[in-house]
Amino acid sequence: MSNDSYVTDDGRTIGPTVMEMKNITLRFGGVKAITDISFDIREGEIRAIIGPNGAGKSSMLNVISGFYVPQEGEVWYKGAKRPPMKPYQVAEQGIARTFQNIALFEGMTVLDNVMTGRLRQMKANMFEQAIWKGKAEREEVENREVVEKIIDFLEIQAIRKTPVGRLPYGLKKRVELARALAAEPSILLLDEPMAGMNVEEKEDMSRFILDMNDEFGTTIALIEHDMGVVMDLSDRVVVMDYGKKIGDGTPDEVRNNQDVIDAYLGVAHD
Amino acid sequence: MPEQLAFAMEVFLNGLMSGVLYALVALGFVLIYKASGIFNFAQGVMALFAAMTLVGVQNGQVPFAHLINAIFGTHVHTFGWNVPSVFALIFTVGVMILLAWAVQRFVFRHLVGQEPIILFMATIGLAYFLEGFADLMWNSEIKKLDFCLTANTCLPQGINIAIDEFTFNAFGYGFFIDNLDITATIVAIILVIALVAFSQYTKQGRAMRAVADDHQAALSVGISLNFIWVLVWSLAGFVALVAGIMWGAKSGVQFSLSLIALKALPVLMLGGFTSIPGAIVGGLIIGVGEKLFEFWVGPLVGGATENWFAYVLALVFLVFRPQGLFGEKIIERV
Repeated sequence: MSNDSYVTDDGRTIGPTVMEMKNITLRFGGVKAITDISFDIREGEIRAIIGPNGAGKSSMLNVISGFYVPQEGEVWYKGAKRPPMKPYQVAEQGIARTFQNIALFEGMTVLDNVMTGRLRQMKANMFEQAIWKGKAEREEVENREVVEKIIDFLEIQAIRKTPVGRLPYGLKKRVELARALAAEPSILLLDEPMAGMNVEEKEDMSRFILDMNDEFGTTIALIEHDMGVVMDLSDRVVVMDYGKKIGDGTPDEVRNNQDVIDAYLGVAHD
Repeated sequence: MPEQLAFAMEVFLNGLMSGVLYALVALGFVLIYKASGIFNFAQGVMALFAAMTLVGVQNGQVPFAHLINAIFGTHVHTFGWNVPSVFALIFTVGVMILLAWAVQRFVFRHLVGQEPIILFMATIGLAYFLEGFADLMWNSEIKKLDFCLTANTCLPQGINIAIDEFTFNAFGYGFFIDNLDITATIVAIILVIALVAFSQYTKQGRAMRAVADDHQAALSVGISLNFIWVLVWSLAGFVALVAGIMWGAKSGVQFSLSLIALKALPVLMLGGFTSIPGAIVGGLIIGVGEKLFEFWVGPLVGGATENWFAYVLALVFLVFRPQGLFGEKIIERV
C-alpha cells in the first residue's frame, strides 16, 4: 500500500494504490486455483498479470470482478475492505471488464451495446424512464454524447448500427472494450484482450490500450500470456504459475527473474 | 357486393378481433421467454388470477372467505362495499407485482442455471398452485366483469357513448361488430407500442434486452439479474391482467380462462417465441384463419374446426419454418 505518486519516463502520473489483493486463496473443491497471492494496483497504471496457461490468471480477474468469491484473503478497494459482492455490485462500484471469450449482447447493435456500459451513470427512476421525460430524456442525450466519443475513439463509427452478431472477431473485441470504457471505470479489467488476433489487430489493440490510459487516465489491469506484448505495454507485471505468484515488478525486473524464466522456458516442477 | 362476400368480410373482422385477444396472451409468454428463457406455462393462469383479483376487489369480496369461515365458523363473504374500477385496477397491478416478486424469490431464484425443461416443469407447478390459490382466495363461481368495456359502469349517469355492439352499413350490408372487440384492439395496440418503446428507448428496457441476450455480460455492466427478472414477470403479470380483463369481459371470469394459454401456443409457433411483433401477427393470423376456415370449410366437414385449426397450422409451421415468422433463426456455428 502506498500513498505517494510518481511520474513515469514517458510523463504519465502514477497515483496511490486503488486496489489491493491481500493473501487471496481460491479453491474449487480440492483444487487450488490461487494460492496466497497479494499484489496491488495503482491509480493510472497499466498492470499486467501474466503466466502460462492454467496459471490462475483468469481466476484472479474473476475474483477482482466478483464472479468468484475467494475462500481466504481480502480485497481492498479505494482504501476500504470490500465485503463479498455480486458481480453487478462490483460493476456499480466502477470496475468494468471484458471477457476472454467475448460476452456481448449479440442481438443488439454496437451503439446499444456500448450504451449498456452507461447504465451505471443513468440515475432516472423507473417512472421517469417509463414516460421518458425530464431527467430520463436529458440523461439519454448526455450519455449518448459520451458513447459517441468513445465510438469515435475506438474507430468503430462505421459499424455503429450493425448488430454485434454479424461482426468479425477482432471488431467484437473492440466493441467489448468500448462498452467497458463507456462505464468510465476506476479500474478496467481486460481478459486476454489480444487472444486470437493477428499481428495487425494486436498492434491496434495495444495502441488503444495505451491511448486509453494516456488520454483518459484509465487504470488498466490486463491478463495476457503473450509476454512480448505485455512487456511493452505495462508499468508493472505480476507473474503467476500454478496458482502462485512467482514474480512482481517492472518488466525489466520480471524479465531477469530466474523463476519467471524457468516457468516460461520450462523447468521440471518438483 | 354479394351478400356472401360481405358476410365473409364480417367473419374476417371478427377473426381479427379475437386474434387480438390471442395475441395479448402470447405477448406475456414472449416477454418472459425472451428475458429468462423460461416458457411460462402459468401465463394463462396468471390472466385468470389477475381477472379474479380485479373482480374480487371491485365487488368487495373478502379474500379467503371460505377458509376464514371454515376455521372460525363465521359467515363473512363481502365487505359490503364496491371499489371504483380505477382503484381496483391499481390494487390488482400491485398484487401482480407482488406475485412476480414472490415467484422470483421462492421459485426461480433457486433454479438459476437449471435445464430449460426443469424451469418449464416449475411453471407447470406454478400454474396448478396459482389456480388452487385463486380458487381458495376468491372462490370458483363464474363472475361478471364490468370494466368500462361493456357498459357505462365508469361514466357519469346520463352519458351514453359505450354500447355493447353495433352495426354499421357499408356496401349495402350491415356489419355487426362487438364493441368490446374494438376496445380490445385499441388497448392491445397501445400496449404493444408502449412495450416496444419501453424496451428500445429506456434504461430498464435496454437492461432487459441485455439480460435476454447474455447473463454474464449483463452482470459485468452492473445489471442485477434478479431485479430484471422481477421486472419482466411484473410486466408479464400486467399483460396477463389486460388479457384477463378482455377475456373475462367477453366470456365471464371463470376457470376455463386459464385454458386460453393453450391457444397461445400455436400463436407463438407462428410468430416465433422471441418476437413481440410476431406474437401480434401470429395472433391475428390464427384468429382470422380459424374463423374463415370455419366459415368456408367448416360446413363441408361438419363444423367444429375452430378447435383444431390453430394446432394444425402450427404443425405445418413447425415442419417448414421452425423459428416462426419473426423468430431469430437458429444458426449453429461449427
